[in-house]
Amino acid sequence: MPERIIVPFGPQHPVLPEPIHIDLVLEDEKVVEAIPSIGYIHRGLEQLVQKREYPEFVYVAERICGICSFIHSLCYCQGIEKIMEIEVPDRARYLRTIWSEYSRLHSHLLWLGLFADSMGFENLFMRSWRLREKVLDVLEDTTGGRVIQGTCKVGGVRRDIGQEKLDEIHRGLESFEEECRDLGHVFLNDTTVKNRLRGLGVLSKAEAYDLGAVGPTARASGVEMDHRETGYAAYGDLGFKPVIETAGDCYARCAVRLREVHASIDLVRRAIEEMPEGPIDVKVRGTPEGEYFSRAEQPRGEVVYYLRGDGTKNLSRARIRTPTLTNIPSLVKMLPGVQLADVPVVVLSIDPCISCTER
Amino acid sequence: MGIFQMTKTVLRNLSGGPATRRYPAVAARKGPITRGHVVFNPATCRSCGICSRRCPSGAINLDKEANFWEIDRMRCIACGECVEGCQFDSLTMEQEYFPPVVDRVVERYPITYVKPEKPAKKPKEEGAGENA
Repeated sequence: MPERIIVPFGPQHPVLPEPIHIDLVLEDEKVVEAIPSIGYIHRGLEQLVQKREYPEFVYVAERICGICSFIHSLCYCQGIEKIMEIEVPDRARYLRTIWSEYSRLHSHLLWLGLFADSMGFENLFMRSWRLREKVLDVLEDTTGGRVIQGTCKVGGVRRDIGQEKLDEIHRGLESFEEECRDLGHVFLNDTTVKNRLRGLGVLSKAEAYDLGAVGPTARASGVEMDHRETGYAAYGDLGFKPVIETAGDCYARCAVRLREVHASIDLVRRAIEEMPEGPIDVKVRGTPEGEYFSRAEQPRGEVVYYLRGDGTKNLSRARIRTPTLTNIPSLVKMLPGVQLADVPVVVLSIDPCISCTER
Repeated sequence: MGIFQMTKTVLRNLSGGPATRRYPAVAARKGPITRGHVVFNPATCRSCGICSRRCPSGAINLDKEANFWEIDRMRCIACGECVEGCQFDSLTMEQEYFPPVVDRVVERYPITYVKPEKPAKKPKEEGAGENA
């Protein structure tokens, strides 16, 4: 039996600039066990809910994660609106959907770039990020912020998108989709990429279900679970079918995200076509009293906000469960059996966001 | 198909030029509503304090006694709450991002707004008398 050695992976590691530490137990070059540990960047943002007034906490919620920032604020506002029984205007729901899907596009393109980089395919990384820049430009022109949008508020949204701009976005989607298709062609059909990803880090459907995997990690293993199906924001009106792959390996996780890029483009297109007229916010009076579990689908999976208000301006408790936290057990399951050189690719395939996880 | 795709990409990359710019030597891209930085006009501020109360990060400080308005640029998150709240148009959001700095910047402005004297009342009475 070969000698076992332990290789510490992280918190500074070649995958992405986020501090996750994994102790890899190796036999020769093969991983036999992975022991993760997190806790390098805990910021205590949940506690801050007692110091910031409930409308102000939207800005804190948005800064939990720099990639899915809009969906964090959306999920928080949704929870407060349910507690206070506020009906959000239709136009606001549609605008929220458009910005959510643009966040997903920018997150998935960022991930595709990082994924290519983890394989050593730098040219593909640059192409993905150049394409992502177009998404960021649309976000900046419609919300005023590239990464932190700051447009969601309790009771609606802070900014409207004019009809001219909506038409412009709609026209731009066609060439953007074409470029995404070209990019996806390299990811899915390139022989080198295929050889590198097929059969790597396999997670079966039963394992994904038992370990509580969420988002593209679960969907790549064939678990049909996408929170957008429950129809929050305008997803109920637009109709939505989750993207499923069944292989459960890194290639399938890449394919799910690529197909989701096209699904998002389609959702944005339909949201623009069916955009209702009307106000974008309602006046909010009073303070929240009660509790609610608010859920939304982030690019990485389902995020859950538990909010409890006691009738004062500050909430008494907030608990935020982010998708990466629930995907780490799946990651620990994927790693045994892979070569040390493939560890960065497998770690990245769950799209880890440690800033989210530690809040 | 693969070769054709690759040639297309290579040609586009060769002719397209760099996708990045040399910030800060070249200014960052900005849109028509980009939230860059907040600009204060001391001539119209009536010291109501709505901006400092609405600021979610506590970046704005209003010293009513000494008549000074301060903004901590390192704390400001450029959310635009103060601009939306200002009743007297003393605050505007500029599209340029605040230039990179190496020291903590707290800008301090003396408020120069002067409350108009009350003579407005007298001429009114005179005017009213003439009309009558």
